[in-house]
Amino acid sequence: MYHSIVLVKQVPDTANITGNVMQEDGTVNRSKLPAVFNHEDKVALEIALQIKDTYGGTVTAITMGPPRASDILRECLYMGADRVYLISDRKFAGADTLATSYVLSEAIKKIGTFDFIFAGRQAIDGDTAQVGPQTAEKLQIPQITYVEEIRSVENGTVTAKRKIDGGFEIIRCALPVLLTVVKDTAEPRSFKAKRVMTYKGARSLMEIEKLVEGNSLLSVDALVHEYESRSLFIKTLTMDDLHLDLVRCGVHGSPTKVYKVESVVLNSGEHEHVEPTKAGIGKLIDKLMEDHILG
Amino acid sequence: MDSERTIPAVSNDVWVFVEQRSGKAADVSFELLCKSHKLAQVMGGAVKSVVIGHQVKELAEETFRYGADEALLIDHPGLKQYRTLPYSRTLINLVRQFNPRIVLFGATIIGRDLAPRVASATRSGLTADCTDLQIADISYLRKEYKQLLLQIRPAFGGNIIATIITPDNPIQMATVREGVMEMHAQESSRKGTLTSIPYIPDELDEVVAIIEQHREENHVNLKAAPIIVSGGYGLRSKENFKLIHELAHVLGGEVAGSRAAVDAGFIPHERQVGQTGVTVRPKLYIAVGISGAIQHRAGMQESNKIIAINTDPDAPIFGISHYGIVGDAMEVLPRFIEVYKNKLK
Repeated sequence: MYHSIVLVKQVPDTANITGNVMQEDGTVNRSKLPAVFNHEDKVALEIALQIKDTYGGTVTAITMGPPRASDILRECLYMGADRVYLISDRKFAGADTLATSYVLSEAIKKIGTFDFIFAGRQAIDGDTAQVGPQTAEKLQIPQITYVEEIRSVENGTVTAKRKIDGGFEIIRCALPVLLTVVKDTAEPRSFKAKRVMTYKGARSLMEIEKLVEGNSLLSVDALVHEYESRSLFIKTLTMDDLHLDLVRCGVHGSPTKVYKVESVVLNSGEHEHVEPTKAGIGKLIDKLMEDHILG
Repeated sequence: MDSERTIPAVSNDVWVFVEQRSGKAADVSFELLCKSHKLAQVMGGAVKSVVIGHQVKELAEETFRYGADEALLIDHPGLKQYRTLPYSRTLINLVRQFNPRIVLFGATIIGRDLAPRVASATRSGLTADCTDLQIADISYLRKEYKQLLLQIRPAFGGNIIATIITPDNPIQMATVREGVMEMHAQESSRKGTLTSIPYIPDELDEVVAIIEQHREENHVNLKAAPIIVSGGYGLRSKENFKLIHELAHVLGGEVAGSRAAVDAGFIPHERQVGQTGVTVRPKLYIAVGISGAIQHRAGMQESNKIIAINTDPDAPIFGISHYGIVGDAMEVLPRFIEVYKNKLK
């Protein structure tokens, strides 16, 4: 029996940037980008579910993000996660990877013991690959990054194949350990229809608060209780639940700042036009030979 | 640590983690030392190389030629191969002890495994995958900052270039992509100070064991090629891609491709130029059937001369080219090969 925690993230779909997403000042209009489940995190969830299928245990998915990140937690439930946690607070906004790893590591300590933490290698919005190792360091546990394959899990150890520069290595590590996986490690399973029917109504604290808004007949506490009794409450951890150090969260806890962003400007039209004819190409080759670029 | 000793709160030193495999340094480490030499001159600080391994004293001394003023050498049999825990613990202790102003790592798998742990433990700012570094005095949120490290990197899938700063933190850390900084050795007589640091193994290190390791030497050396002929998805098939090979052969150059060409199976990944491939700066880069997405341009725009061949006159690749040929590669390439062969006669 193994208990896994999976770190998941909702990201803007940077792979599908279209014209109206880029603004005139060169910044990105995030609201115009669809929010998606970071694919490598989905692969991480798949690996955790495979371990549960083989050896038994539990899978808990957690995300730090704004209230709408509940969307991907519902997807985790559809795939087979046993428990999900939304870690959300306005004070967490603007966090860089250091502040994020602080909040995540404190949340993990609160959630309980584990054998594995899985995460995608990196998220497509920043491509930093930093939050996993930063979280492992804060929890004082070992890590295996760039995992391509789980070879075996036995006697309290995991053996994994990981990518290295120019090749691969096989690593054995005692549990607990944090692993980050690359996209080819596994194909995420599709949603189970029955689970979709069951969990599409799952709601986080913020979503329940929204339901209550403007309806004097409802109370948040009563509604949370009701959702909990039907196993449809997405457990929600805020600043107060985690007893965090405010100066280490969000913008305050983030040493890195974006100083400026520029869209990639092309100084187009400065190239010399060469006719695609033998004469045109011949002149170009002459020029390149003269400049000793071709010999 | 001797508590009587006064330790400067902040130094102006620039550190480079020197990544080595079997005692041989990664190119990116030397590239970073050369860059650090320039940064440290502006800041009035020293460049220190951090060399961790076993029997790597010679390598530590080699770093002087690339700009290191001092080498911090941690040499122990337990450090022969890179392992996360002993390496990160060693570096964390050094950073805590000496307070460098800047710590740089290659954005390799090792660098991206190690740097976040060091930054996390020392609560330093860390920026991933930089493509340029500068020192500048800037004003940010109505405060003036002297000699901050500008960490420049593509963001949002390469659609924007972001400049990241670490304004209020004593230590600025960054990983830097391979091949984007220039590397040149100085005269071999350049000397520096070699400082050996003792290493104390920890039993916790043994929870992780490397069972086996396979590494293939990369036979393709695109970075060193003076001429590169590179094909994209516009070639449409592996069969058509043969013309790329032929032109490269005739010109005495290397064959490369865009990510789309690699994904389509026209060419192996080891020959991919661009953000997720190799960064090159040859004398001549011929881009054939490559539209010129930012991810590709990031890997080749520093080339001395660029020729673009594309059917689409509005392809972004023309924007960074010196010579543009609008036409079908299947007609232009055979013509190019024929005309060039005739010139050689």
